[in-house]
Amino acid sequence: MSVADFVTRRRGRRWHWTDIAAYSYLALGVVLMFGPVLWLVLSSFKTQAALLEFPPSLLPMTQEEVMVPGQGDKPLPLFKVTMDDGSVRTLAQVRRVGIQAQMVDPKDPGTVIRVPIERREPVRKFQLALENYTKPLQQFAFTRYLANSVFVTVVATLITLISNSMAAYALSIYEFRGRNAAMLAVIGTLMIPITIILVPVYMVVASLGMVNSLWAVILPGAATPTGVFLLRQYMLTLPRDLIEAARMDKASEWQIYWRIVMPLSLPALAVLAIFSIMWRWNEFLWPLAVLTKTESYTLQIGLNAFQGELQVQWHYLLAMTVVTLAPVALVFVFLQRFITTGIANTGMK
Amino acid sequence: MKRMAWLLGSAIALSVAGASGAFAQTTLRMTWYSDGNEGEVMQDLLARFEKANPDIKVVLDQVPFKAINENLPVQLAAGEGPDIARVVDLGGVAKFMLDLRPHLKDAAYFEKNYGPFLSWMRLPGDTTSIPGYMTQLTVTGPFVNKTLFEQAGVALPGEKATWADWAKATKQVADKVKAPFPIAIDRSGHRFLGMAISEGAKMFDAKGEPAVIDDGFKTAASMVVDWHKTGVMSKELWGSVSGATYRGANDEFKNAQVVMYMSGSWQISQFDKQIGNAFDWVAVPNPCGAGGCTGMPGGAALVGIKTTKNPQAVAKVMEYLASEPVAQEFYSRTLFVPGHVGLAQKGIDYPSASPLAKQALGVFGKQVGQVSQTAYALQGYTYNRIIFNAVISRVGQVVAGEGTLDEAYKRIEQDVAAQIAERKK
Amino acid sequence: MSGKAASGGIGDRFGGVLSAPYTLIMKVLDIPMRAVQNAIGERRMPYVFLLPNFLLFGLFVFLPLILNVGYSLTGGSKLYLSERPFVGLGQYATLLDCTNHLQPSTCREDHFWRGVYNTITFVVLQVVFMVLFSLLTAVVLNMKIRGRGFFRAVYFFPVLLSPVVVALIWKWILQREGLLNGAITTLGGEKILFFVEPGWAMFWAVFVSIWAHMGFYTLILLAGLQAIPADIYEAAEMDGTKKWRAFHRLTLPLLMPNLIVVIVLSLIKGVQTFDEVFVLTGGGPGTATLLVVQYIYETAFSNQVQNFGLAGAASVMLGVVLFALTLLQLFFARKGEKPT
Repeated sequence: MSVADFVTRRRGRRWHWTDIAAYSYLALGVVLMFGPVLWLVLSSFKTQAALLEFPPSLLPMTQEEVMVPGQGDKPLPLFKVTMDDGSVRTLAQVRRVGIQAQMVDPKDPGTVIRVPIERREPVRKFQLALENYTKPLQQFAFTRYLANSVFVTVVATLITLISNSMAAYALSIYEFRGRNAAMLAVIGTLMIPITIILVPVYMVVASLGMVNSLWAVILPGAATPTGVFLLRQYMLTLPRDLIEAARMDKASEWQIYWRIVMPLSLPALAVLAIFSIMWRWNEFLWPLAVLTKTESYTLQIGLNAFQGELQVQWHYLLAMTVVTLAPVALVFVFLQRFITTGIANTGMK
Repeated sequence: MKRMAWLLGSAIALSVAGASGAFAQTTLRMTWYSDGNEGEVMQDLLARFEKANPDIKVVLDQVPFKAINENLPVQLAAGEGPDIARVVDLGGVAKFMLDLRPHLKDAAYFEKNYGPFLSWMRLPGDTTSIPGYMTQLTVTGPFVNKTLFEQAGVALPGEKATWADWAKATKQVADKVKAPFPIAIDRSGHRFLGMAISEGAKMFDAKGEPAVIDDGFKTAASMVVDWHKTGVMSKELWGSVSGATYRGANDEFKNAQVVMYMSGSWQISQFDKQIGNAFDWVAVPNPCGAGGCTGMPGGAALVGIKTTKNPQAVAKVMEYLASEPVAQEFYSRTLFVPGHVGLAQKGIDYPSASPLAKQALGVFGKQVGQVSQTAYALQGYTYNRIIFNAVISRVGQVVAGEGTLDEAYKRIEQDVAAQIAERKK
Repeated sequence: MSGKAASGGIGDRFGGVLSAPYTLIMKVLDIPMRAVQNAIGERRMPYVFLLPNFLLFGLFVFLPLILNVGYSLTGGSKLYLSERPFVGLGQYATLLDCTNHLQPSTCREDHFWRGVYNTITFVVLQVVFMVLFSLLTAVVLNMKIRGRGFFRAVYFFPVLLSPVVVALIWKWILQREGLLNGAITTLGGEKILFFVEPGWAMFWAVFVSIWAHMGFYTLILLAGLQAIPADIYEAAEMDGTKKWRAFHRLTLPLLMPNLIVVIVLSLIKGVQTFDEVFVLTGGGPGTATLLVVQYIYETAFSNQVQNFGLAGAASVMLGVVLFALTLLQLFFARKGEKPT
């Protein structure tokens, strides 16, 4: 088999231009979709100073430092210096006065060399600023926030799945009086973001005495119209004869719901579950309004405390963002399998 | 999964109960935001307080600053607020503040040392209440990258230089060293109004009602808008975001891209930590105009909240934190300009600060004494944030190319009048 | 396939771990539910199924919406409705007070109108390109390609990120000293200040929002594509139908229900957009990317006078328009669904 044959061989078919186009599109996609996230992760390991650099370095780098005998007990930063004769030397900087730097050769600490500052380039090496992670993790009640976030996410997603699927079941399988009105209510509220009714919702929650309780975060968003809509659209495509057959067998309506309709709707449920998990895990504005006590904070609130009035502590903020991403990524890896197989197994639509 | 949720739920419930139930203790909640290390320092101080007063426990609830201006007022109005809070919009929160006076052992101490700033925390007409103390006094003023001046071979304008002098000099420097920002000013009405007052803006009419637009204000506004046209300022700050959104150039300054940065004393601590030895930065006195050479005072206050069930305990905490040695330690470790008259006169030692930072703290300390009466009056005005927001929002639009200055003047007056009317309803 | 799922239950695919508790709980619930069914009859059962959802709905959506109408009819800066002075339709009049409604600068609340027009631009661009790109991606991912699972994961991944994180990442990339300008200058170009040019700012707002949500919509379309039986194409191929024609004539109509879901959901998400764009552009330059939800949020919270009345009126108006829009969409959706 010739090389050309090998390269162009493709499951018994020859390469078509659409294949090449598809692979280039996917390659571009990988860079575009993954690149920024990778960039975030890399940046989270940079020191505060390195974050500000331009042009930004891809990897977290810090300036190399050396101990020079006779120059105090602090390590001195290393620079590559272009000398008058054009040669390049590696020197350690003792101090800088105005636009002149006083430098020494670490091998010959006795002689001080004066260098204009624009002639020096820092010598850098790869180093992870792990303190971006360790310091805030020690400082704030990370495990408490994590437990709160997990609790909110899990409970809220379960409630959403059950209440939404029940409503969707009713709206898709039955003909009943008020169905159109109920559907209208779902669709009508589909578009109302909680952001614009924050104050009235807060008033309701406050009068129920739920401020600072995690239920105040869980319940208001649990009955998502989006979920009802999504599940209903899916359930509409289920074969009716199955349900009729079950009724003939004297199955109760509740049994039809949980034994037949729910398993058949699994792909849609998985999609909603992912949606709900993401949404709850990342929710910020609403929890910020109803949770004011440290012990009830979710991760998103804890992490945003690094945003001050006049300064943002970027290095901590980025690092903690990565920390909050990790569990979600794990969940995704787990659920992704169900989605793919779920969709693949669904022969109907 | 249900089981797991239940387990988690009960674990959380238990630990919450455990945190508060050790013995008959009063638990106070303090809502706090941080720009730098002040949260850590406060935590230390509170731990010491709790050791000395085992019957009082203070929980520090650290929130994003956003929550202080946006959510806290709603929580306070609903009666769901904390016992103590660190706030910035003193006039706005004043109606929710607790008067500590009846609970203090030594009210005279507060009056003597925090007196000038207490009026900022009071509602109009109130002359006696003591709601809290200043965790930080700030004053606005410019920082200059001295190294860039040296590299360009341009002399620093002197003590009484005007804004025009600075604009000329910084533009020269920026052109030579290829810095993109000759002058950067925080996108904030507070910063701008300091400049406007220096240019002669009076802010209030004879009856003490706000009269924002006058010749001094117009001079300053057209100066700033012109700078954007001539390249002295970059649109990136004032022309980039909408409304009253704050935008600073602190990161750009640390990166040696700004020749002169008009901001304020609160930047010193981060500049000191992050610029290190990269270049020389200095604080310079506020440039002068027809109205003087003033900055705007400001700051954050720690105040008691009216709805607390334990005003005695609140007063005890506040008395401890405001006491001279504790306050001194707080200011000194955070590199804040003291909001304490006695300490300001004595001078505060900042052992952790570099010589550059000490110089800057000195310059700003001196600036406090030169703040004009108009600036003090504006800072003490209950509805000042309405003015700050309206000014920056509208002038920002002009900078971005949406409309003219004359339209902006009209809008500012309209916005201010409409909102004050709403507030008084 | 359906028989297997029905008999094996959820356990088959969700792993034994979740199956047992699920079955147990559902079986226990069957006892009261059967009693209810016996009492009220099968035909009234849908109301029982609707109950939990609508209980939550009523408490946390409908009631607040009604309260919101209440707020919109009052003025002042107090929080409790009972303490707020009634102003009738005053807040609405303030919002609608314009010499020329097409010219925001002639309006009393000019930022509201700028927000409205910006939102329209943003949503239209976002929906059109969202549909195009998610369709394209779904079609590509539906081809016989190696590493399909991996590529699907790649496109879906950004959906996991919170809007704030998405905006933060892209702000880091797009700012003056960011990665993109770094790349441009390395290639010899001039730095571009993306957030100072209104056109660029809107472009990136749309781009970033598509970047963040495309994976979700791709998934929906992919499900639809995979549900189309392969024999349809084989038949078409035998008839000598060209690929493009087959796509146009067969795929698109069969995909219509999924496309409608995508259009409806992306439109809704588009109108609701707030923190993503706000963190990215801050609504600027000037007011070029100020969206109407940001206006409402800022009016209610960011100003010293938290104007719940005006914000309430704006949100009621937004709600009415949105409701009408959705109905219109649904009407067309019905028409589109018929042929399938």
